[in-house]
Amino acid sequence: MADKILMKGNEAIAEAAIKAGCMHYFGYPITPQTEVAAYMAKRMPKIGGCFLQAESEVAAINMVYGVASTGKRVMTSSSSPGISLKSEGLSYLAGSDLPALIVNVQRGGPGLGGIQPSQADYFQATKGGGHGDFKMIVLAPSSVQEMADLTVKGFDLADKYRMPTMLLADGTMGQMMEPVSLDYEITSTVDKPWATTGTKMEREHNIVTSLFLKPDELEDLVIERYERYKVVEENEVMYEEYMMDDAEICIAAFGIAARVAKNAINEARKQGIKVGLIRPITLWPFPVAPFKKAANQVKEIISVELSMGQMIEDVRLASECKVPVTLCNRTGGMIPSPEQVLEAINKANGGAK
Amino acid sequence: MTNQILLSGFGGQGILFTGKFLAYKGLLADKNVSWLPSYGPEMRGGTASCSVIISDEEVGSPIISQPDVLIAMNLPSFEKFEPTVKPGGIIIADSSLIEAKSARTDIDVYYIPATKLASEMGKQSLANMIILGKLLKVMGDFDEENIKAVLSKVIPPKKADMLDINLKAMKIGAEN
Repeated sequence: MADKILMKGNEAIAEAAIKAGCMHYFGYPITPQTEVAAYMAKRMPKIGGCFLQAESEVAAINMVYGVASTGKRVMTSSSSPGISLKSEGLSYLAGSDLPALIVNVQRGGPGLGGIQPSQADYFQATKGGGHGDFKMIVLAPSSVQEMADLTVKGFDLADKYRMPTMLLADGTMGQMMEPVSLDYEITSTVDKPWATTGTKMEREHNIVTSLFLKPDELEDLVIERYERYKVVEENEVMYEEYMMDDAEICIAAFGIAARVAKNAINEARKQGIKVGLIRPITLWPFPVAPFKKAANQVKEIISVELSMGQMIEDVRLASECKVPVTLCNRTGGMIPSPEQVLEAINKANGGAK
Repeated sequence: MTNQILLSGFGGQGILFTGKFLAYKGLLADKNVSWLPSYGPEMRGGTASCSVIISDEEVGSPIISQPDVLIAMNLPSFEKFEPTVKPGGIIIADSSLIEAKSARTDIDVYYIPATKLASEMGKQSLANMIILGKLLKVMGDFDEENIKAVLSKVIPPKKADMLDINLKAMKIGAEN
């Protein structure tokens, strides 16, 4: 194994993307993800790649559309308000069946909000992210190593299913440094016969578009796309279970919230409380099965989130409301403390009310 | 065994660099580590802080609410974080900039005039390394060869000539 080095989450994303063969990056600076762009600005010219700081987020996502149409791996990154600006482009990418990686290092919202960490873009990422019927694959890293690994995975999934994939991180994940190993063997070569690479007068023109004026034609296309989404749901769900074997209380948390929750779980276990964690790694497709199973095992599920409670809706659906699903949260850029989570665990255990 | 170290001072004092040293030291010792800076407007002239966790176990939350070790390089940081240090913990404070004293008896507080000592060296920006030397000494972990190995990781190659002066500052810290 290669030596581990310390890297910021944002830098790990950028280097992993390059290792995954992404030679085109378009972005616009915004805290707390600016290091992605800064790293790309430094590295891309040295390896013959393209770093371009666009005039706006809208321009950047449309540049992504352009490169994706040619079948090349391409990415952009931003933080919450910037992602809202990109949402038109996300819808166009999905409507044109184009693969691309979009990174959202979330900050507190709504509006311009703040610059501290948040998970309040869960709805935006998993329930659309733009107009029309479509889905994005949404990956939620919980360590710097996962920031890198899921970046590579994100490109693979985007190519495989011809759809935009979002890496949904938050300010702490982007800013923190942890040991990371970037030892990837990139072998994935997905055939892209649809790409606009020039006909050489040997084939019909490839046309990349999201415009379909005949409603029956558009309906067929959307339905076909949803068939593909079903395959993603069947094959690509990722999650981590922590101490769930004998758990009587289950915590649902992703990203930074899951790490806080682990501290609280370790503490609660010392007190003899049987509590475990289900950590979704794919937010879409959502890991329905483990929550469905947990609902027959635990007496309560606690959703720990850096929002007013967004993932909790998917947890309730997945657990089919068989057990109470409660919320333990902070928002606006605040992070729940392990003590706050422990208190929620104690309460669920019938302790201090 | 988990060591939670909180470093805090003014932006520009080398708080993040000092944290990076400790994180790399942990990494070279094959520990799990995390390094989390405060980020945002406070970095421009205000207080900068950095949380470093070094652990035998997987690091959970990278955020520190009760540090085992506090490095305080200005008064606001000292006042804010001194009460949060875990009983049995350590504070290293730059007494050139912090006149206050801790009233706590359940922790060990070391005062070292780091900024003054650094000025005497002719490079005030080395105060952080003096404090760092003091911390390693207090923790019984001042090993020159190890320090050189870590410094060579955290000092970029084009500034390699800075290694010796950093080491010298750390030695001064260890002796005071």
